[in-house]
Amino acid sequence: MEIEEKVKSLVVEKLKVDAGQIRLESKFNDLGADSLETMDLIMAFEDAFGITIEDQDMAKITTVGEAIDFIKQKKA
Amino acid sequence: MKRRVVITGLGIVSPLGIGIEENWKALLEGKNGIGSITRFDTTNFSTKIAGEIKNFDPNTFIDPKDIKKMDLFIQYAMAASTLALQNAGLPVDQVLGDTAGVYIGSGIGGFTAIENNHSALVQGGPRRISPFFIPACIVNLAAGFVSIRFGAKGPNSAPATACSAGSHAIGDSYRIIALGEADIMIAGGTEGCITPLGVGGFCAMKALSTRNNEPQKASRPFDANRDGFVMGEGSGIVILEDLSRALDRHARIYAEIVGYGMSADAFHITAPSEDADGAVRVMRACLKNAGVAPEMVDYINAHGTSTLYNDKLETMAIKKVFGEHAYKLNVSSSKSMTGHCLGAAGGIEAVISALTIMHQIITPTINLENPDPECDLNYTPHTPVKRAVNYVLSNSFGFGGTNAALLFKKFEP
Repeated sequence: MEIEEKVKSLVVEKLKVDAGQIRLESKFNDLGADSLETMDLIMAFEDAFGITIEDQDMAKITTVGEAIDFIKQKKA
Repeated sequence: MKRRVVITGLGIVSPLGIGIEENWKALLEGKNGIGSITRFDTTNFSTKIAGEIKNFDPNTFIDPKDIKKMDLFIQYAMAASTLALQNAGLPVDQVLGDTAGVYIGSGIGGFTAIENNHSALVQGGPRRISPFFIPACIVNLAAGFVSIRFGAKGPNSAPATACSAGSHAIGDSYRIIALGEADIMIAGGTEGCITPLGVGGFCAMKALSTRNNEPQKASRPFDANRDGFVMGEGSGIVILEDLSRALDRHARIYAEIVGYGMSADAFHITAPSEDADGAVRVMRACLKNAGVAPEMVDYINAHGTSTLYNDKLETMAIKKVFGEHAYKLNVSSSKSMTGHCLGAAGGIEAVISALTIMHQIITPTINLENPDPECDLNYTPHTPVKRAVNYVLSNSFGFGGTNAALLFKKFEP
């Protein structure tokens, strides 16, 4: 639960969207992130969770849910 | 056939305030925008003073999501451009289109972004560099972000000519409209480098005043006790417009731009030559471009940085160009109040020149308590002077010996 909350709060902070708009299926694109903003968000996940998200993994993280799952997997 | 070009809007963010009302009031009252530096710890720095922008809220002018993508110089340019367009009565929430261009110069660009990302690189490796680092710091992204914000699809560029950048942006924009390649130009300069590297770099050259215990008296152009310039920051933007378009939409016209001169000292990276040759040639080039005789000029907004060399050599150059008339015109340095805003200076001083013509009042040189004997012109000391002002010459001289001069005229149909 902590991971989900942290991911959502980072999305709110970086993309300046309302928490209420965020679903697990929400694509970062649809939340208003362009390519640079998505990269910036991924970096924020790395810093917040102390993990590395390689370039090939980045391509698989396009939604909030995918980010949460990836981070849970890395921290397991 | 060259078209006439007028100034229809002004926007300014300076150490004296945000917006033209605050700035003009401060200029008339002889206020000073310099204080002790608050941005970083100046313990080991020989200069501990600068003209910082106060009470600036970027959220007023910029989508919150975009603020982190812009170093300070870009934020100031966004603010000044917004204020200038609003002042011109032009739309800020519509696409301006391909007849509207943006030329915004800066000397250095985003030092804060460079410092922060360099630290991140050294401490954490290249993967810790922000994806926004490059766009946040390169000089042309002020013009870039402004063009995106206002849908200005016309000519887009960014002179990087140090302390002349703002003036070159305005002069080049004047030509673009005169030649019919755009109808509107958002033009000027911006700078935001009161940072350890920025201040430290100028300290290393011994270019800055070290009057740290009296910050408000440190910027004292033409004074015998001047000891270097004081760094400022901010942005000055003018809206230039083709005259017929300005008249069609009943725009308020502050002034007309009638001349633009450029020259190079071709002498030294920082010092002017002892005969002030570069400055002489740029003022003459400007007057020749305008087809205006020296005796017609009423006021010179000097480069007047408060350095030993500039102030005495600029004085010499004025005497060489204007002869006896040098003693009849008014000179003043607004840098005595704003500090030296580097790439923004030319833009800020164009705004001040336009306001001078609109109000027919010449703003003073403050802190001129004891004029240098080699500086014997009328620098409008202490208090503003009301007089007929038809022609204003604005000088800017930059490192590398790059010079610009602009001639503004009171508009007559």
